[in-house]
Amino acid sequence: MTMTRSKGSVTDRVQGEPIALDGAKAVAQAMRQMNPDVVAAYPITPQTEIVQTFSEYVANGEVDTEFVAVESEHAAMSACIGAAAAGGRVQTATTSAGMAFMWEVLYVASSLRLPIIMAVANRALSAPLNIHCDHSDAMGARDAGWLQVYAEDVQEAYDNAFQALRIAEHPDVMLPVMHCQDGFIISHGVERLELLPDGAVKEFIGTYTPRYSLLDTEHPATFGPVDLQDHYFEHKRQQVDGMEKALAVVEEIGQEYGDLTGRYYGHLSPYRLEDAEIAIVVMGSTAGTTKIAVDKMRERGIKAGLLKLRTFRPFPADAVAEALAGVSAVAVLDRAIAFGSQGNPIFLDVCTSLYASGARPDVVNYVYGLGGRDTTASQITTVYADLLNIAETGQRGPLVRYLGLRE
Amino acid sequence: MAINLRQMCNERDQLAPGHRLCPGCAEPVVVRQILHAIEDPVVVANATGCLEVSTSIFPYTSWRVPWIHSAFENASTTAAGAESMYRSLVRQGKMADNGTKFLAFGGDGATYDIGFQFLSGVWERGHKVLYVCLNNEAYMNTGIQRSSATPLGAWTTTSPVGRVRPGKRENRKNMTAIAVAHEIPYVAQASPHLWRDLMNKVQRALAADGPSFINVLAPCPRGWRSEPGESISISKLAADTCVWPLYEVIDGVWKLNYKPRNKRPVTDWMKSQGRFSHLLKPENEELVTQIQERVDKEWEALVTKCEAN
Amino acid sequence: MALKSWRELPIGGVILESGSSVDYLTGGWRAERPIIDMDRCTSCMICWIFCPEGGILVEESKVTGIDMDHCKGCGICALECPPKVIKMVQEVTALEGEQGR
Ligand SMILES: Cc1ncc(C[n+]2csc(CCOP(=O)(O)OP(=O)(O)O)c2C)c(N)n1
Repeated sequence: MTMTRSKGSVTDRVQGEPIALDGAKAVAQAMRQMNPDVVAAYPITPQTEIVQTFSEYVANGEVDTEFVAVESEHAAMSACIGAAAAGGRVQTATTSAGMAFMWEVLYVASSLRLPIIMAVANRALSAPLNIHCDHSDAMGARDAGWLQVYAEDVQEAYDNAFQALRIAEHPDVMLPVMHCQDGFIISHGVERLELLPDGAVKEFIGTYTPRYSLLDTEHPATFGPVDLQDHYFEHKRQQVDGMEKALAVVEEIGQEYGDLTGRYYGHLSPYRLEDAEIAIVVMGSTAGTTKIAVDKMRERGIKAGLLKLRTFRPFPADAVAEALAGVSAVAVLDRAIAFGSQGNPIFLDVCTSLYASGARPDVVNYVYGLGGRDTTASQITTVYADLLNIAETGQRGPLVRYLGLRE
Repeated sequence: MAINLRQMCNERDQLAPGHRLCPGCAEPVVVRQILHAIEDPVVVANATGCLEVSTSIFPYTSWRVPWIHSAFENASTTAAGAESMYRSLVRQGKMADNGTKFLAFGGDGATYDIGFQFLSGVWERGHKVLYVCLNNEAYMNTGIQRSSATPLGAWTTTSPVGRVRPGKRENRKNMTAIAVAHEIPYVAQASPHLWRDLMNKVQRALAADGPSFINVLAPCPRGWRSEPGESISISKLAADTCVWPLYEVIDGVWKLNYKPRNKRPVTDWMKSQGRFSHLLKPENEELVTQIQERVDKEWEALVTKCEAN
Repeated sequence: MALKSWRELPIGGVILESGSSVDYLTGGWRAERPIIDMDRCTSCMICWIFCPEGGILVEESKVTGIDMDHCKGCGICALECPPKVIKMVQEVTALEGEQGR
């Protein structure tokens, strides 16, 4: 599931409550435990269950949240922006068309430096309409200035929700965070996980004091002014700074969370990568499938490894390059297409990271799982077979390939 | 609070000078009047448009109240988000109830067109936000394009007067009536020349237990091709020709606030603005008759509604 | 005034100094300037309520003048003044007059 690099003593850890839940319910639970001041959200498959479950908490008085059942996703994010500028904790959830509809204001949220938390159950974008998983939605918002953290399973989706809040509100960061889980695969897959006690969550998230607030009528501030040639560039550079500093903050919070729960998180989770000659880089639920393929390859004496990516934004470039430094051939799996580009989103970042570090393994890109197409362990073993061939022959072949597509 | 000019004038403007709205623009007049009418702490959300771009050019701001701009279409929802946070924090005891009021400003483009759905949502959900439409009857910030508030026959850059078309071919949308149809507690039409009426309306709107909407006519010398000094007199002409009737609807009860002693012909209104100059030519006589008939019909319907109470 | 570096500016583009636009002078836009005949002014405050700039200077409910740093010379005050004691004069003429004094 996650790396174990325990620093804290085991006795400090909280006792989790084992339970079976799907990812959507688990994240709704996490939202209940975080008890945000305002939630504004709009239903869309496969995120709907998050909104519905949270609505029940509101209806039963289990949260103090002012729940705003808006008339669109654009309105959801707009209300979140107004609420967050008013100085409290704000969360929402969406996917696919909903996130695309928010696009304009995703930039406003990050540029106003509002630590809004958004749960995402990743889904394909239209047309044709498809409700199943891929990462096109979040990849479309790749440059919107939001942090993006991905889960492999239900436990991680749940755990990421709390860490997202702490990362977003960290004074060095002050940026919105989307924590993503694969639509249906995780959001509707019932798995065993451990819930934190409410008290432990309360303590972990602490309280939030905004730097500036609209409700501070004694100190009237102007939010979102017109910003022209003289200052706009400087404000963008500040956002870069927040992103860069988030690299350390993600690690710090992941460590703290690990000390609390025994489940440690960082940017990456390598699996049997130390001595690997060939490796796959993948993000989300397919990392689990890939582990099975790795084990199969290892049984056959092939030194295959996996690098699971948890943080896509900020991209942990140095850590990725370091993790892949000793590998001779790498396949990067992308669950989205960057149309017209030489390779797809994760691949591009991996290649840039490797190039800058001086490491020169052969790298190929596989597009997989679009529109919820099932990706099996045996398909992934074919990727390892391809890599083995590249490593042995030195012939890289096509840069971008399609896994599980009828040719 | 009674509106007393001689008292009020000693209070500092909440909209500071040094804003860059055009000379004679009515928008800052309306905003000053509104902010002087409010005694409680107030938070303002502003849609993209002339007011927003001219009052917040970094590092300068004209605002002496907390103010936020997010986008063109979502000022209502941005204000509603802030209002939701306020209600949440007060209910949880995280902040004191200091009577903060929530105000949103949008142009007619922001209100009638791109922000229509947002505003409808805010009204349906009952957010305690006063939404003020600064209605200059076109998209002025981008250079005078038609909106659904632009009146029939008016010239704009996207409803130009050409060889075959005499300006805008469609009637304007009746946004105030649409607000009334949402059954929110307070809706009004106002104009800056009747400043006391406008300021009273603001106070009644904010006292209402729920959403409120005031549609304020805001003459634009640049877009209307009118004299900068005439912005107030032109707004009076709008009321006197019944092109812009002043009324309010409180909890569904219609009330007329101004009935001209002598209802003037629409041509008087048209003559004051270059955007209508083509209508005064003989070939457009029929269109003018049509416009007059429509104004008459709408006015009579309004009077009937108000007198029914 | 030297512009600040990104490290010095508050994040998020927020402006903390409310009403800072007073430092931005729009008086230079003026082609005509309003002159109030102070002897005949009744301080009815009609010019004050209609001025787009908030440029009518007031002390203890009395009009004391016009903020020429910001007045854009729109002429609303002159047209709306009930006793008609504000007149618009060409800015160049007014400036020549000032220099001649
Ligand atoms: C989504 C979006 N579309 C278009 C624009 C361009 N735009 C900015 S302001 C504006 C018109 C504003 O008109 P209105 O709301 O009537 O206000 P005014 O400027 O006339 O006061 C337009 C079209 C924008 N900023 N955002």
